Amino acid sequence: MERSPAARLLLRLTTAAILLFIYLPIVLIVVYAFNTNRVPTWPPAGFTLEWFGRAAQSSEIRASLSLSIQAAIGATLVALVLGTLAAFAVHRFSFFGRETVSFLVILPIALPGIVTGIALATAFKTIGVQFGLLTIVVAHATFCVVTVYNNAIARLRRTSRSLEEASMDLGADTWQTFRHVTFPSLRTALLAGGLLAFALSFDEIIVTLLVAGPQQTLPIWIFNNYLRPNQAPVVNVVALLAIALSVIPVYLASRISSEAAGVPR
Amino acid sequence: MTGTATAAHRAFGRRLATALYRRPRLQLGLLLGPPLGALVIAYLGALVLLLINAFWRYDAFIGRVVTQPTLDNFVQIVTASVFRDVAVRTVLTAGAVTIADAVIAFPIAYYMARVASHRTRNILVVAVVLPLWSGYLVKVYAWRVMLLNGGFLDSVLAPIGLRGPGLSDVSAWLVFSYLWLPYMILPIYAGLERIPGSLLEASADLGARASTTFRRVILPLTLPAVIAGSIFTFSLTLGDYVTPSLVAGGTQFIGNIVFENIGVVGNTPLAAAYACVPIVVMLIYLLLARRTGAFESL
Repeated sequence: MERSPAARLLLRLTTAAILLFIYLPIVLIVVYAFNTNRVPTWPPAGFTLEWFGRAAQSSEIRASLSLSIQAAIGATLVALVLGTLAAFAVHRFSFFGRETVSFLVILPIALPGIVTGIALATAFKTIGVQFGLLTIVVAHATFCVVTVYNNAIARLRRTSRSLEEASMDLGADTWQTFRHVTFPSLRTALLAGGLLAFALSFDEIIVTLLVAGPQQTLPIWIFNNYLRPNQAPVVNVVALLAIALSVIPVYLASRISSEAAGVPR
Repeated sequence: MTGTATAAHRAFGRRLATALYRRPRLQLGLLLGPPLGALVIAYLGALVLLLINAFWRYDAFIGRVVTQPTLDNFVQIVTASVFRDVAVRTVLTAGAVTIADAVIAFPIAYYMARVASHRTRNILVVAVVLPLWSGYLVKVYAWRVMLLNGGFLDSVLAPIGLRGPGLSDVSAWLVFSYLWLPYMILPIYAGLERIPGSLLEASADLGARASTTFRRVILPLTLPAVIAGSIFTFSLTLGDYVTPSLVAGGTQFIGNIVFENIGVVGNTPLAAAYACVPIVVMLIYLLLARRTGAFESL
């Protein structure tokens, strides 16, 4: 379709405006983290690094950061194992209910967050598990499986099986073929899926708040402190930290693997 | 010693590999067992338990849950106007968010898919994917800071004689639309990219103006993608209680009532029954969406 220069320009300006809309709040939080004023007025009063020092000194913030990282690593490892196994099963075999597997993997993230949250919370309460790191890891793992699964199965569908057949024909057994042929072709997809799982877990609050008990992940710390007027500038700093630690893995994932981009959860 | 041990190991490994190779069913079972077991037990099991809970009753007098099957919770949800109002408000907001996102997503998705150069397109995809996966709470919090009285929005809008919406239900709609926008942009982008250029050329050759081509060719072909995106915008809005509690200024949504009842009040049965509302709404939505073939665009 022919497009006039005016139409092109209009489209370009609209796109720029939408990008500005998407990134403005994030930029604002970055700015406020360095603001001398305790109250987030506009324009900012001056530049300071004081709040970063305060945040670094808080043992509560350090503890929640450490819990968030532990939970994200745990959930990512579980998701990597389960997601890869499910992807191989669905790709390599045809069996009754194969379509249901993809559906089941997507379900924890497709259903409204509060539903997943209270379902898991009720289940943990019923079987008498103490709320804490373990329940957070289990909860996060259920909805992180999909990122690994999606990335792995997209890669499996793209790689030809003839390489594996060649390896077997040349005398390699199943393990050798897996180690030298199958796994290397899958490696970056798994890395990207794992990074996304990490970011997803690190970022999550809707389900986490219901299964964490008295424990605080970094988002929960923000949620518990945003109303305290004295804490406002420190909350901005923690928010900056939280967004950095989830943006970096997503950015790396999108660089590593083309499947990671364009796959909405 | 170690040499023979590894040799024995290797021989065992080989035998195991051959045994597995000859038994594809066993292989499938070993592959599928752990993930399926975990998801069925941990997730579906939890959902079933939630449903069972919805039929129990919370006795405020003794402060405990009575495990006797009853329909009380559901009767309360249907008859009490608070529950009805909140459910209607939540579903209407989800609809309004979906419409806003579809309208905002179309131009940027169109630019990405059909106008931008290959390089720009890749940059834009990353720019849209980054906020999709990260910083959920930070973004909500940032909006709260912007929306507060005398905050960024009020200061910026003051010269043109306007005010921001403050903390209100309108703000909840605005922030939801902001948060889920990338979930709408990506499917529409993918849908637009799949339309062959020849179709648009044919439409133009046959004398259609740009607006006609858009209405008669582009829109019908991208509708499944819009519906695919709307599944996310709808479901995410229905299941959120964090955003309303930060930016809605006391206006309640389904999630808030569920969260309050399970947390502060301890009335898990009522929370479970009320959580059935978003589940039912989503099931109906998914069934309708399936008919339009939107699932292929997911």
